[in-house]
Amino acid sequence: MGTVVAPPAGRVVHFLQRTMWSYSSSLWAYHRNAAGQLSSGNTTVRGTRLLAELCLPDFALLSNARMSRPMTVGKRPPILDRNLNKTRGSEVSLSAFAFLFSEMLQYSQKRVSGIQDLEKKRVCAGAALSDLGYRVGVRMLELILFRERNAKRETRVLGVLYFINTTVWKSLFGKPADSLEKGTDNDDEYMISDNDPLITKYISVPREMSSLNCGAFIAGIVEAVLDGCQFPARITAHSTGSEQFPSRTTILIKFDKSVMLREKALDAGR
Amino acid sequence: MLHAVLIISKAGGLVFNKDFGSGIARLTVNEYLVLAGTVHGVHAITAQISPVPGSSGLELLESDTLKMFCHQTQTGIKIVIITDAAHTGHDANCRRIYELYADYAMKNPFHTPEMPIRAELFDAGMAKLVRAINS
Repeated sequence: MGTVVAPPAGRVVHFLQRTMWSYSSSLWAYHRNAAGQLSSGNTTVRGTRLLAELCLPDFALLSNARMSRPMTVGKRPPILDRNLNKTRGSEVSLSAFAFLFSEMLQYSQKRVSGIQDLEKKRVCAGAALSDLGYRVGVRMLELILFRERNAKRETRVLGVLYFINTTVWKSLFGKPADSLEKGTDNDDEYMISDNDPLITKYISVPREMSSLNCGAFIAGIVEAVLDGCQFPARITAHSTGSEQFPSRTTILIKFDKSVMLREKALDAGR
Repeated sequence: MLHAVLIISKAGGLVFNKDFGSGIARLTVNEYLVLAGTVHGVHAITAQISPVPGSSGLELLESDTLKMFCHQTQTGIKIVIITDAAHTGHDANCRRIYELYADYAMKNPFHTPEMPIRAELFDAGMAKLVRAINS
């Protein structure tokens, strides 16, 4: 009997990783195809192609077991190697995002359960979502300013709010927000409203949790952008649904005292 | 005219049912549960007794006054619609319902798979769809 020569451990691990990765992502593609993507006619084709594309490294690895360099999937370079400035074709499937966001929400809920009672849990699920949004917002601000041709540092309250209302909203959701209003009671309060927020498109909040607004995620993004522009503020999300727009969400912005003082000084210096 | 919609989970449990037709006798919730279990069982049996191997299960049950159409998805969920005999386009209707299910039930973080569907947006979408079908 000849001796069996074991392949180097690293390569085996690598092979397993690659195979498992392909397997899990092709499974994901299958589910997407089977359960998620009936809306447009050619999705079956697209889904199948995706499946094939994802299986590709698997087959290549089987036929060429000596290969040690990981293959790129399909023709697209990895996300970190792509040009940051390119926005065309960088959109994300809404279905994929909806599933991810759904998991994020369940995670936020799970993380806070057991420690607080139900009443606090709702608040905390919102707070956890807003934390996640904050992390997105910090990065989005950098990216938007990098991509923007005539980017500048906003110094005035209205300027930065307009920037959020149009530029930030457009790059996140593909359309500007539906309204930007000043609070009637307080000078330091502003409201940005979206009639049909993209992220809550498929979410029905059960009645017993009606105080939870999933727009808290957007509130977190807005908070990060304002923080990054040196406009510290307290941001909350509220459901302001009407007959016409049942899922309308209003982001309430209450600026810090220092911001209002600076605004006054700038007004006086004019 | 579409009279009723049932969605049966892959284990045979009724996760959604709604009556739409007016002026017809309605089943109680218990009767619907029994109906769902029966359809699930009969579907499995029909697939078994088919003389042609690889056959799918029951698809259309037709009588003088009604048609019951059953659409089984890749994931094993059954969408059953009960219509009058003159109705056409059952398969397309089931696909539209499946689309609603995929969008407003599966992508809803508050929905647990295999459990009854309680989502306002799903109900609203369903009402809108049935209105469009029946008008």
